[in-house]
Amino acid sequence: MSKVVLKLGADISTDIIYPGRFMATVLPTETPQYCFADLTGFNARLRAGEIPPGSVIVADRNFGCGSSREQAASCIKGYDLRVIAKDFARIFMQNAINLGLDMVICPGIEASEGDEVVVEGGKLVNETTGRSFDITPLPRARQAIIDAGGLIPYTRKIILES
Amino acid sequence: MGMTMVQKILARASGQGRVKVGDVVEPRVDLAMSHENGALVINQFNEIYRDTGRSAKVWDPSRIAIIFDHRVPAESSKTATNQKKIREFVAQQGITRFHDIRGDEGGICHQILPENGYVLPGSVVVGTDSHTTSHGALGAFAFGIGATEMASVWALGRVLNVEVPATIKVVVDGELQRFVEPKDLILNLIGRISAEGANFRVIEFHGSTIRKMSTSGRLVICNMSVEAGATGGIVPPDGETRRYLRKEAGVKDLPKLFGPDRSAPYDRVIEIDASKLEPQIAFPHTVDNVKPIGEAAGIRIQQIVIGSCTNGRFDDLETAAKILEGRKVARGVRMLVFPASYRVYVRALQKGVVARLIAAGAVVMNPGCGPCLGVHQGALADGDKALATTNRNFKGRMGNPNAEVYLCSPAVAAASAITGEITDPRSLEPAGKARG
Repeated sequence: MSKVVLKLGADISTDIIYPGRFMATVLPTETPQYCFADLTGFNARLRAGEIPPGSVIVADRNFGCGSSREQAASCIKGYDLRVIAKDFARIFMQNAINLGLDMVICPGIEASEGDEVVVEGGKLVNETTGRSFDITPLPRARQAIIDAGGLIPYTRKIILES
Repeated sequence: MGMTMVQKILARASGQGRVKVGDVVEPRVDLAMSHENGALVINQFNEIYRDTGRSAKVWDPSRIAIIFDHRVPAESSKTATNQKKIREFVAQQGITRFHDIRGDEGGICHQILPENGYVLPGSVVVGTDSHTTSHGALGAFAFGIGATEMASVWALGRVLNVEVPATIKVVVDGELQRFVEPKDLILNLIGRISAEGANFRVIEFHGSTIRKMSTSGRLVICNMSVEAGATGGIVPPDGETRRYLRKEAGVKDLPKLFGPDRSAPYDRVIEIDASKLEPQIAFPHTVDNVKPIGEAAGIRIQQIVIGSCTNGRFDDLETAAKILEGRKVARGVRMLVFPASYRVYVRALQKGVVARLIAAGAVVMNPGCGPCLGVHQGALADGDKALATTNRNFKGRMGNPNAEVYLCSPAVAAASAITGEITDPRSLEPAGKARG
């Protein structure tokens, strides 16, 4: 079970998740400091270590739209947060899968900050409201990458088998 | 049932006779493009090979293009060091299509690729930049990927596990009115279908308006297809494609051109009457917040930007120069112009376009992405409103979350520079008269 620590609307762009002015910082070890940099309160809590791993960001539709910057996925991954959205933009979703970010597609999700949510048997359950919602599986084309733990180990395996 | 453009391209690139929407394929890559984020790709590429006992060599150095454009010249020591790391990698791997910070070959990746003939019809192009969709203008399937995905492409020469996307057919007929441009057409489409209206789909452009459109205009509409969420935008190649590639890009051997089948399956068909379009404005803070210019008239502007991979080409600069001829940029307005490449810049110099822009009060900057992504070269003050021919107006996009960005065509940007407020270019008096 994990707590919703941030509730966002639709069309959250990668400029919100990781503002362009920090794009010269590329390494996954360094990007987390700028995660949601313009949401100054949330960013400060992240950097202060006040948000435990496994905590949840809930968003509406089209999360991660805009630029292809992978920093948007790596900065969230750096805090081991889970992102639950009604749906995701394509490049963000692929980056997230490639980096092994914990993401859940839940078209009907209703949750507020502070709610406790849990994934159980293909459903997302909001323990606070008692409601449960269907989950859309991640694209089956990408399942092998997910199973391998991300694109780096998956590609490495292909190279070693060739 | 027939196949769409993208189905045909993916079938060829994956060595199959035909593919259906939803099939999973692993297409060969004809061109793999990166810019400064190549520094992250290098990191991930080396990570793939770590402890494998294999040497980290890219699959084909002649099919990789790296162009410095996002932060040129470097705005920080961090960027400079990333650029240095990329230069060393390019030399070590023997990558030939490398465009450094140089006046004889530099510019924005989405202009450098077409003008150097790197993109051919029917090819598969991937880039670590979301606006890689631009290259569909030449009949390629071109799409944006992340840095780790690119590292995998550098290693294997193919993209793993691609789902063949469905296609939306957009048919545009009729003649665009004076001062109504391809930018207005694509903004209008994004406004209609929303920022997620084409998610996981390709937009295929058809109709008499597209057939008459220059490659420069086609690059605009394919560039911004991603703002509707599209994986790619694509124009079936034709005589104009052939002309552009031969005359402007110096390509000698053109592949056989092909279009979609008549019986190709489309997810949706959208028809647009181009003759009814007006100049469009995307209001802050989403690209799909599009309204006809009448609803924006009178909004005061502090910074005008003409440039970017969307609208920094010669015809864009020329349109602006014509409107500004004999006029001045209003006091209190900063007008910044970024040619999309040095080739564009030199042509604009030779044709007197740059001199006219400067005489009017514009600041002509070096080719590159400029302030579009908010890194340098034109930051906004708190409360500023910018009007730009760029492609995104997300909160904070031009570097300041307390400022606003409106998007428009080059004609609207130039007309608005004169008055200092968002202005319909069709409403301008002839220059002589305006000066009294």
